[in-house]
Amino acid sequence: MSNQPPAPSDPGPAATTGSNRLDGLMTGAEIVIQALKDHDVSVVFGYPGGAILPIYDSLPKGASNLIHHVLVRHEQGALHAAEGYARATGKPGVVFVTSGPGVTNSVTGLADAKMDSVPVIVISGQVPTFMIGTDAFQEADSVGITRSCTKHNWLVQDTNEIAEVIHSAFHIATSGRPGPVLIDLPKDVQIALGKYEPPSKLHRQRYQPVMTPDTDNVETLAEWMETAERPIFYTGGGVINSGEAASARLRELVDATGFPITSTVMGLGSYPASGKHWLSMLGMHGSYEANLAMHGCDLMINVGARFDDRITGRIADFSPNSRKAHIDIDPASINKVIKVELGILGDAAISLEMLLEAWKRRGGRTNRPALRRWWQQIDEWRAKDCFRYRANAEEIKPQYALERLQALTKDLDRFVTTEVGQHQMWAAQFLHFEEPRRWQTSGGLGTMGYGFPSSLGIQLAHPGSLVINIAGEASWLMNMQEMSTAVQENAPVKQFILNNGYLGMVRQWQGLLHEGNYSQSWCSSLPDFVQLARAFGWKGITVSQPDKLDDAIRDMLSYEGPVILDCRVTKEENCFPMIPAGKPHNEMWFEPPASGDEPQSVTV
Amino acid sequence: MSEMILKKGSSRKSAYDLRKDQSYKEATHTFSILVDNEAGVLARIVDLFAGRGFNIESLTVTEVDHTGHRSRITIVSTGGDDVIQQIRAQVQNVIPVHEIFDLTTDGPSVARELALHVLKVREANIEAARAAAQAFQSKELGVGAGCLVFEQSGTPHEIDELFDRLRPLGELEVARTGVVGLKLPQ
Repeated sequence: MSNQPPAPSDPGPAATTGSNRLDGLMTGAEIVIQALKDHDVSVVFGYPGGAILPIYDSLPKGASNLIHHVLVRHEQGALHAAEGYARATGKPGVVFVTSGPGVTNSVTGLADAKMDSVPVIVISGQVPTFMIGTDAFQEADSVGITRSCTKHNWLVQDTNEIAEVIHSAFHIATSGRPGPVLIDLPKDVQIALGKYEPPSKLHRQRYQPVMTPDTDNVETLAEWMETAERPIFYTGGGVINSGEAASARLRELVDATGFPITSTVMGLGSYPASGKHWLSMLGMHGSYEANLAMHGCDLMINVGARFDDRITGRIADFSPNSRKAHIDIDPASINKVIKVELGILGDAAISLEMLLEAWKRRGGRTNRPALRRWWQQIDEWRAKDCFRYRANAEEIKPQYALERLQALTKDLDRFVTTEVGQHQMWAAQFLHFEEPRRWQTSGGLGTMGYGFPSSLGIQLAHPGSLVINIAGEASWLMNMQEMSTAVQENAPVKQFILNNGYLGMVRQWQGLLHEGNYSQSWCSSLPDFVQLARAFGWKGITVSQPDKLDDAIRDMLSYEGPVILDCRVTKEENCFPMIPAGKPHNEMWFEPPASGDEPQSVTV
Repeated sequence: MSEMILKKGSSRKSAYDLRKDQSYKEATHTFSILVDNEAGVLARIVDLFAGRGFNIESLTVTEVDHTGHRSRITIVSTGGDDVIQQIRAQVQNVIPVHEIFDLTTDGPSVARELALHVLKVREANIEAARAAAQAFQSKELGVGAGCLVFEQSGTPHEIDELFDRLRPLGELEVARTGVVGLKLPQ
């Protein structure tokens, strides 16, 4: 392959893992590699540097190589790629970074993974133990800096402890509410000899989150479901994190009860968008019918969502007349923002299975006449066709671009990721997902720059699938250095850039809420994306006319390598509907409010 | 949450975070937390409180099990019911935490604080100072010249009271440990 480095004149002895020594001892670095193999890690994203060189030295080479290392171009890219890999596969993403800047560059990715509950394991080099605290070259207090943006972290000071820490790290990152962990390994600890214990030989991990919910609570919810007049399922990323069984049980339960269902941006795909009970996404840019149904319901069943402020709007007016049940694996997510009448602590798949079983055993009853009236009401709201936009023959509307992308890719083996901003919300509105793990986006932290590296991670997990990153040009530039990684990895990722020249969501807020003072939201010197693509060995396409759009998309899809499609869209389009921050669900905007201080809102 | 309160001069620009929270009553709770005594464990707890805006009124910590290497942390905090419930849930999520009790609500418990009062005192006030200390069963430590040192254990309120009685009698300084507490067997 052309992407291999030039062969050195003397390759030296091939590195091996496992111990060759009579005493069975291994170096710390070898222990790391052995532990990763024992946890079936096949891909690692990383960037080498002085303090992690012993580990890079122990990476297996040649035919014995079961671990593929992806050389990113910036550590933030490694983290987001690992997140993309993890969210597309359900397996933890693994990252190697060096000390100091290697770790500080990882912080955004760790915080992102913490917010969105993504299992990521970062192994960072550190200066030798005897230099810690001396302000050594490339020294940073890595466990201190990452404490609040990891689920847990460790500074390992004894080679004999590496194995146990790595096994714990996999357990903690992947169980309960998943999250990122960081293992900081001083260079001398990587070099010293120690003993390796495989995972099975270790004691049971003490961290054991509650998986099976209290049966009485489940029974109560089943009872509430029988009498509810205006029920709704409100589901989130927890359903996807819980695994395929959770989505399967959710579908059974929704279809058996006939209750409407909406989801957060994190949970799209757990219930199919083509399902007849689907109300689309809810929240600040969610559908009119989903938000009004949440506002007007009398029973809300939250499964694995966390009442984010982008969902609730004004707390005091959030779904004022409903009983609320919340199924969640994280005890701290229950009653954090919204006080619920019924908290059900447990895994989503197990809880839904038990709920379905309890509800059926009790007779599988619902309040049918009331439910019929509820659906009539919802259909009236639906008739508003809230995502409608004014098409334009001269310019590509971003919504139109996504509608066409949906039409031309919906039957393909497709994964979608996004950056953050208007394009992200339009993508959530106009693309439809039938299966879990097919859509990902930075939901909690809202990290511009997430989408491109995460598309690489997805592509490495699914080399034969179509992976599209929906981007705004501003977000996309934040991690564009990974173009080089895509070429080295032969990753044919498609970058669908809705280019309006603005920081679009910032411009939208400035227009709607800051009297049109467009302070610093215009980029006057964007690159020529086609030339940029060429410079990196990609294909670049530009399109600016609606009648040329389909061909441009087909061009992108049929090209075998990575592509930037620079789709020039209407510059000043706003994303509607919109619930302004701090407003209740029933005060949505469908167009910019009339001038004047008081925004004109639609109150239902 | 209460009505949005717009400060004078501010606009309606997404001002939902300007609202004053006044819908619930705050109460003081004492938490007893058993943790693995490993490097950085106190920082994990303190960072959690600081990062989520929970109060720390006092904090004590030391290893209580030298073979199993466990430490007990006692934290006094103030907040509404929802904050107190969040503190418990968030602390429980910290990996090296074994258990957390809310000594204020989880059944019978005991809580005490230790203080050292150092009083640079004029001859004429010595008897008055000793009488005050005795009223609080404080022990006089025979250290230092020209000053009295009282060791007092009691509730934070009792320590405040003795402090107030000693203060007029000379130059007074105090060091306090913060509350230590424990759940009682039921």
